[in-house]
Amino acid sequence: MNEGQVADVIIIGAGIIGAACAQALARRNVKVLVLDAGWHGATAAGMGHLLVLDDNPAELALSQYSLQRWRELAPALPASCAWRNNGTLWLAANAEEMAVAHSKYLNLLAHGESCELIGRTALHQREPELRPGLEGGLLIKGDGILYAPAAARWMLDAPNIRQQRAQVSEVDGARVRLDDGRWLSAEAVVLANGIQATELCPELPIEPKKGHLLITDRYPATITHTLVELGYVTSAHNASGPSVACNIQPRPTGQLFIGASRQFGTVDPQVEGWMLAKMLKRAVEYLPGLAHLNGIRAWTGFRAASPDGLPLVGQHPQRKGLWLAVGHEGLGVTTAPATADLLVAQLFDETSPLAAQPYLPQRFLGEPAHA
Amino acid sequence: MPDLFLDGRPLYVANGTSVAAALALGADGCSRTSVSGQRRAPLCGMGICQECRVLIDGRLRLACQTLCLDGMHVQTRP
Amino acid sequence: MNEATDLLIIGAGPAGMAAALAATSSGAHIVLLDDNPLPGGQIWRDGPQANLPSAARHLRDQLRNCTNVRCHAGTRVIACAADKTLLVEDAERGWQIRYERLILCTGARELLLPFPGWTLPGVTGAGGLQALIKGGLPVRGERLVIAGSGPLLLASAATAKHQGAQVVRIAEQASRGAVAGFAGQLPRWPGKFFQSFSLFDSHYRTDTHVVEALGRERLEGVRLHQQGKTIELACDRLACGFGLIPNTQLGQALGCAIEDQALAVDAWQATTRREHYAAGECTGFGGSELALVEGAIAGHAAVGNSAAAQQLWPRRARWQGFARALNTAFVLDPRLKALARSDTLVCRCEDVPYGELVDHENWREAKLASRCGMGACQGRVCAAALEHLFGWTPPLPRPPFSPARIETLLELEETPPT
Repeated sequence: MNEGQVADVIIIGAGIIGAACAQALARRNVKVLVLDAGWHGATAAGMGHLLVLDDNPAELALSQYSLQRWRELAPALPASCAWRNNGTLWLAANAEEMAVAHSKYLNLLAHGESCELIGRTALHQREPELRPGLEGGLLIKGDGILYAPAAARWMLDAPNIRQQRAQVSEVDGARVRLDDGRWLSAEAVVLANGIQATELCPELPIEPKKGHLLITDRYPATITHTLVELGYVTSAHNASGPSVACNIQPRPTGQLFIGASRQFGTVDPQVEGWMLAKMLKRAVEYLPGLAHLNGIRAWTGFRAASPDGLPLVGQHPQRKGLWLAVGHEGLGVTTAPATADLLVAQLFDETSPLAAQPYLPQRFLGEPAHA
Repeated sequence: MPDLFLDGRPLYVANGTSVAAALALGADGCSRTSVSGQRRAPLCGMGICQECRVLIDGRLRLACQTLCLDGMHVQTRP
Repeated sequence: MNEATDLLIIGAGPAGMAAALAATSSGAHIVLLDDNPLPGGQIWRDGPQANLPSAARHLRDQLRNCTNVRCHAGTRVIACAADKTLLVEDAERGWQIRYERLILCTGARELLLPFPGWTLPGVTGAGGLQALIKGGLPVRGERLVIAGSGPLLLASAATAKHQGAQVVRIAEQASRGAVAGFAGQLPRWPGKFFQSFSLFDSHYRTDTHVVEALGRERLEGVRLHQQGKTIELACDRLACGFGLIPNTQLGQALGCAIEDQALAVDAWQATTRREHYAAGECTGFGGSELALVEGAIAGHAAVGNSAAAQQLWPRRARWQGFARALNTAFVLDPRLKALARSDTLVCRCEDVPYGELVDHENWREAKLASRCGMGACQGRVCAAALEHLFGWTPPLPRPPFSPARIETLLELEETPPT
């Protein structure tokens, strides 16, 4: 069975990446068909933290550009997206971490990011619930939060976008086969299905990193910024075993959203008590008042991680017509608009708003085999 | 007889009285304000629906499954 | 301080109490745990305005005299901590209980269906009102309407009247024929026959169901569909329950199979998981007499006393007959699925209206799109309602099974199980 060309572009995955790509294409009058299997990936599970990260220049460029794009989109976002520009406060527990804060500060400042180094006393004026004895912190003012499932839905709600609940079982360049056997084709196919991407493209170097999350009941607000320990930078990127870091986000609902954990080599979605305890203990070390609050729900999700922590954005070098927008690890919500702009620029063969090179799939998949 | 405080006002109740009952004995029976601003009162009476959660001495607890105790501070409008 | 026991029983209602008592002669160490402040479950709930039957008092006294039974009141199961180990929490602390055998006597809850006005203060469940009154809720001089389905309506009305309330209507949704047919069978269970006479009320109407709770800040009246006509009654309280649904969450989390929305058990009250038993209403609705005998069978079986367990099989069969008669008589009218309007809240935790849910395909999608079920009750009310309304499968339980203090969750071991 062959349905022929069903749209200009078929996007696989209706998470935040697929949605952002669909929106960007639709705004250029491209007819888009978005296929989603309904499994709910990282967009549904994640924290919706919009943040600038600067572990390497490419990550900084991508996140900084993308955050700017989110701020441009913000006035149009419906209230259900719960967008807030509340800033991230990176916490330094000791002099060593304060030094990290300082160099991060200099680096971000040099790149035009609005940030502020905060000393011991000022930290407790800003966030009185933090435990005493912390060394200080770094406030990144442009960071924010978002309810990503609502943002994805909003992005997909456009006249040029059609959505279909469907499981894709095979991709072949610019055409896809659904699990009912039908082939659908387009000018281009965009793979934006996160952790499931390797099922269609086993050659992609994407590994699942499991994360646990817990949310509290609603309480009168006690914190205003998203609180992340500077140890997060080390645990998130350098650890090979299971790791946790304090990451506490005040939701507009009055709930506190607590992360973060990382586990490798598992695809079991169960909430694991030991990991939950480890993660919560870390959070309580920074915010002791958490201990008395009720946690009402815990869940897990999987980040689609590439070996260098950067996404793969661009045409598949060996599969002409298949475009990749995968491997965003924990930064998918932050970098979705940037990913969409990068992808669209390449699809239209235009100058990209930021250098596309560091994110090209070639770095893992080799040089193009097609002309 | 437990002598407790309901939203700051003292209240005397019989031994074994649930906090859910105390809400009606001492005030309008309401336990919380909902997300959209409606006042709510206990619904299921058996620890399932969470409508009756109140701050008791600073912790969220279910009024229907908590007995009044001397000196308890119950808040329905934190 | 963590604890270990031979037999852990979750739920101290009739089934749990009977199970503990049956198991006690074996000399096994038994822990009986319940989230209510006192044992008794829903039917034998004690309180300043409760009238406990003598059977309940007797059972409670017997248990109190058993030195090998330890009761933890006001204690909730929060998570599975390890194999055969549960994390629990009371008002003061969290700790782990390790067990060799487990009996689930987690009972049932009311099916609460959304209808316009059901979020007004003054509207409760039917069993809910009874429980609240037993706990000291003052109803003297108040006008009450009790609506929904099943014998619980009469029991709730009796408790309310005993405390001085004026019951102006008992609205049973089932047809006159169905209720009469059920009443006609009652002489097969003489105890129930006499009980039904003592509960009978002249304000009882069959073929009658709630349409809307009326009022602005709190309940002022109710609109009913009564035998083909729409009527309005002024009232101070509306107690509305549409039958019972088994509490299976903990059993499901422990890997026990479900059958007909209840925990599946064999003749020994054993679930599909070895050394895990279940008794009472979490295995299907059947009333306190059935719960008592099932609990006793489970208690005997769990300590290896098969002979004593087997002796009780005929008694159980008799009360299972009663349960069947009950469940056939009070089947819910499909019209009750159409009570909610577009703006009627379905999820009371997150205030999500019916209109935001109706176009979704399943629970998970609706939840993600609307926040339905993301609140503190974890969908126990709204997911059960939506299962009835749309046939959506409710979510599988995840720890924490109930809202729990974060400090309690810190009591879990921080090392992965080997």
